[in-house]
Amino acid sequence: MVPQDYKSDQYVRFCPGCGDHAICAALQKAMAQIGVPPHQIAVISGIGCSSRMPHYLNTYGFNTIHGRGGAVATGVKTSHPELSVWQMSGDGDCLAIGGNHFIHEIRRNVDLNICMFNNRIYGLTKGQYSPTSPKGFVSKSSPFGTVERPFIPAELVLGARGTFFARTLDVDMPTTVDCMVQAHAHKGASVIECLVNCVIFNNGTHEWIANREQRAEHSIVLKHGEKMIFGANQDKGLAIEIDPQTFIPRIIVVAADDERVLVHDAHQQDPTLHRLLALMGQERFIETPPSPLSEGEMELPVALGVIRNVEAETYDEAVNRQINEVREKSKAKTFDELTQTLEHWEM
Amino acid sequence: MERDNIVVRFCGDSGDGMQLTGGLFSSLSAILGNEISTLPDFPAEIRAPQGTLGGVSGFQVNVGKGVFTPGDKADVIVAMNAAALKVCALGSKFNKQGATYNEADALFKKDAVVIVDTDSFTDGDLKKALYATDNPFTELGLPESVQVVPVALTNLTKEALKDSGMDNKAVLKSRNMFALGIVCWLFDRPIDKAIHFLEGKFAKKPALIAPNVKVLTDGFNYGQNLALSINQIRLTPATEQEHGTYTSIAGNKATAWGLIAAAEKAGKRLFLGSYPITPATDIMHELAGRKDMNVMVIQAEDEIAGVCTAIGASFAGDLACTSTSGPGLSLKSEGIGLAVMAELPLVVIDVQRGGPSTGLPTKTEQTDLLQAIYGRNGECPAVVIAASTPANCFQYAYEACKIALENMTPVILLTDTYLANGSSLWRIPQLSELPEIKPQGVPEELKGKYNPALRDENGVRYMAIPGMEGFQYRNMGLERDAEKGSISTNPENHQRMILARQAKVDQVADRIPEAAVWGNADSDTLLVGFGSTEGHLRAAAKELDCALLQLNYICPLQRNVGDIIRSYKRVIVCELNSGQLAAYLRSQVPNVTLLQYNQMTAQPFQVEQIVDYVNNL
Repeated sequence: MVPQDYKSDQYVRFCPGCGDHAICAALQKAMAQIGVPPHQIAVISGIGCSSRMPHYLNTYGFNTIHGRGGAVATGVKTSHPELSVWQMSGDGDCLAIGGNHFIHEIRRNVDLNICMFNNRIYGLTKGQYSPTSPKGFVSKSSPFGTVERPFIPAELVLGARGTFFARTLDVDMPTTVDCMVQAHAHKGASVIECLVNCVIFNNGTHEWIANREQRAEHSIVLKHGEKMIFGANQDKGLAIEIDPQTFIPRIIVVAADDERVLVHDAHQQDPTLHRLLALMGQERFIETPPSPLSEGEMELPVALGVIRNVEAETYDEAVNRQINEVREKSKAKTFDELTQTLEHWEM
Repeated sequence: MERDNIVVRFCGDSGDGMQLTGGLFSSLSAILGNEISTLPDFPAEIRAPQGTLGGVSGFQVNVGKGVFTPGDKADVIVAMNAAALKVCALGSKFNKQGATYNEADALFKKDAVVIVDTDSFTDGDLKKALYATDNPFTELGLPESVQVVPVALTNLTKEALKDSGMDNKAVLKSRNMFALGIVCWLFDRPIDKAIHFLEGKFAKKPALIAPNVKVLTDGFNYGQNLALSINQIRLTPATEQEHGTYTSIAGNKATAWGLIAAAEKAGKRLFLGSYPITPATDIMHELAGRKDMNVMVIQAEDEIAGVCTAIGASFAGDLACTSTSGPGLSLKSEGIGLAVMAELPLVVIDVQRGGPSTGLPTKTEQTDLLQAIYGRNGECPAVVIAASTPANCFQYAYEACKIALENMTPVILLTDTYLANGSSLWRIPQLSELPEIKPQGVPEELKGKYNPALRDENGVRYMAIPGMEGFQYRNMGLERDAEKGSISTNPENHQRMILARQAKVDQVADRIPEAAVWGNADSDTLLVGFGSTEGHLRAAAKELDCALLQLNYICPLQRNVGDIIRSYKRVIVCELNSGQLAAYLRSQVPNVTLLQYNQMTAQPFQVEQIVDYVNNL
């Protein structure tokens, strides 16, 4: 299989320069690498720029209604677990109108690959703040700046007991493809937060890490089993320390050759460290302009790559297994046999 | 005394087991060859304070022959406590201070037999039921023609179980069986049949069989030996039933089973996405227990996810359904619109209840009709059908699936509280007797050329299913090009597609039977109704010696409905709402004068009131 096999005949209508182009190309590349043929893939979306994705893929696709992609995808996967099911969604579709379905598909651990495009704006409705827009963000619907506290998507995923969370960046094709391939291999709800730029309404929202000169210093690509090392010269590492007064653990930056440098374990069931890693470089940016570092606080890199990837029984497996178990034991398997179990009499 | 039919109402605290008692008596009567029609009537609260007026739960059944409805008013009342007696005697005025018995409001006739548990009329009981004096019978002003039969139910039950070793609480729970024993005697029901039936009912709790049988038998013997000063009543057995195997079935269960049968007939897996809501939840309960039939049930996170998981399952090739009541139908509107636009088969069951908003969740109404027909954004046609008896919920659930799968359209099936919880006799069909279901598919020669705009000669789009090689396509809620199936904003195309979707729903009328009137077709008066009012309207039409057109197919209407309506001089549309069917019929059958009989009490019709209304026109 080659990426071309997954391209539909539709002209791609994302705005020129939109980050979604890159995700679309990465997805086709990842699907080719995974090798599941197009007719065994269903790509389900809601509404929004990201949700146009199914039209550009030569798989089965369903561009549904705003926020409900997760529920429709749950129905597809649960009824037909043999399909590879992907959900395309955005920060508004997934975290605002579809928030309930999002947390429940994660809680149930439905075997879906969920690409959540986070551009921190409503693009298709021409520029309103979203649940991930930083506090103070000026948009058409917040002309004086929002007063709302935003979500950090990773917290929501972990709070819903998520089994897989990855973060990637539109301009980082290799990491995006890798996250998608791993999401497919993971059994359960795999969430990939794709940080994408909206060139029209929120240009530069991820500039902190998207900028080529800054990226190596401001981000780290986590890889399971590898040391957490980053920096333009690969001279920095991440370690953990416990505050002696509060006993709160925190991540610190140390020299790359420091023996305390952590090795990434995405398979660790305990989410404590995953949460700390996923929150690096996030909390400052829930406000705009970003809040300054407090005294003694270290600048931490934004974590990219697969942060959490643990095993748990999936909903679709469990529910189908239960049906099979009951069917094996039951005497009545057809309607005519079922009616015989009723209290009945001849008249 | 021999009677064609008789109405019995069991009434007590919501913890007294009245639904079970009434259900047992109904099934027993059905086994003995009587027709039955039942009406459970319970409070919205699961457990209101014991002994209070708000906690009274009732179960009414009409047994005998020529039974169309659960009956307007009871001939026999079993009142397990003082509050129940008050509610039955005063009806809707039970909360009004100083109110006394009058036949119009009361739930029983003025010559009724009223069996009361005298042990539940202590000062404390009277206080809880808000009696002002210590003589409830005088206070309620019961006429002398009402025959009160005092029975010390509680003490007699305690006596019956004194050697059982059961604790007091468990003993008290068996009081209902003593009452059932008395009622069995009163109607000359053979006690061995009742015992056999009870054993079946408690098969999963064998420890409860012996004590319940003991109390039931003692109750029966009490009636027989202590010679209650009332005459036994013999019911004429039903004679007109079609030969076959019968059971007694409640509407919700019949609905669930109709879906199961349709899935098997269609060769599809049954999928239900649903969310708990009164009074529809029993459908989900039933199907969740039917994994042996390969039924997939998702109890979704909300009503919207209920319909949307079903849409996903339908897209993937299952027979997909969602069950709900009015508030849930509102929430599902956008999802149903998606299924209309995506042209996917989908069955939506709306068990109507009293509305709007939360309304009266445990009561019955027909107020979702226009919502079902029109309640979506855009030009959004869907098929709407309605069941009309608890038993034919099976038939119409089956029909809903058949129409949906063969015509690639959502079908909304309307039932209501009255049908859902009521039960009637059901002749159990063999799967082979049921009509064929041929789900729409796609011709193999379209491989590599398929798109979702391609239609067959009836205007029904071809359906490819994920997993089929060479048929990949993109479905959507966006408007699609009528030729290519891809997104289109072209103005002419939009109009063309609206008409295509409408035509597809309209042609369903060619695939359903023509309508027929019931009763005296030569009369100049026609009653028109839909759905669950069939029994009451038949009884009224019989008494009025007029014709009845009871609609099960609403959108589209059967082809001859207009002709039938036009052929009567006087047409009265009777419904449990403010005139929704009448408004719809005026739009579909223009230039006719339709009179209306509307009731909005969230209760079933009273036959006598309809008859009076028509006679006074």
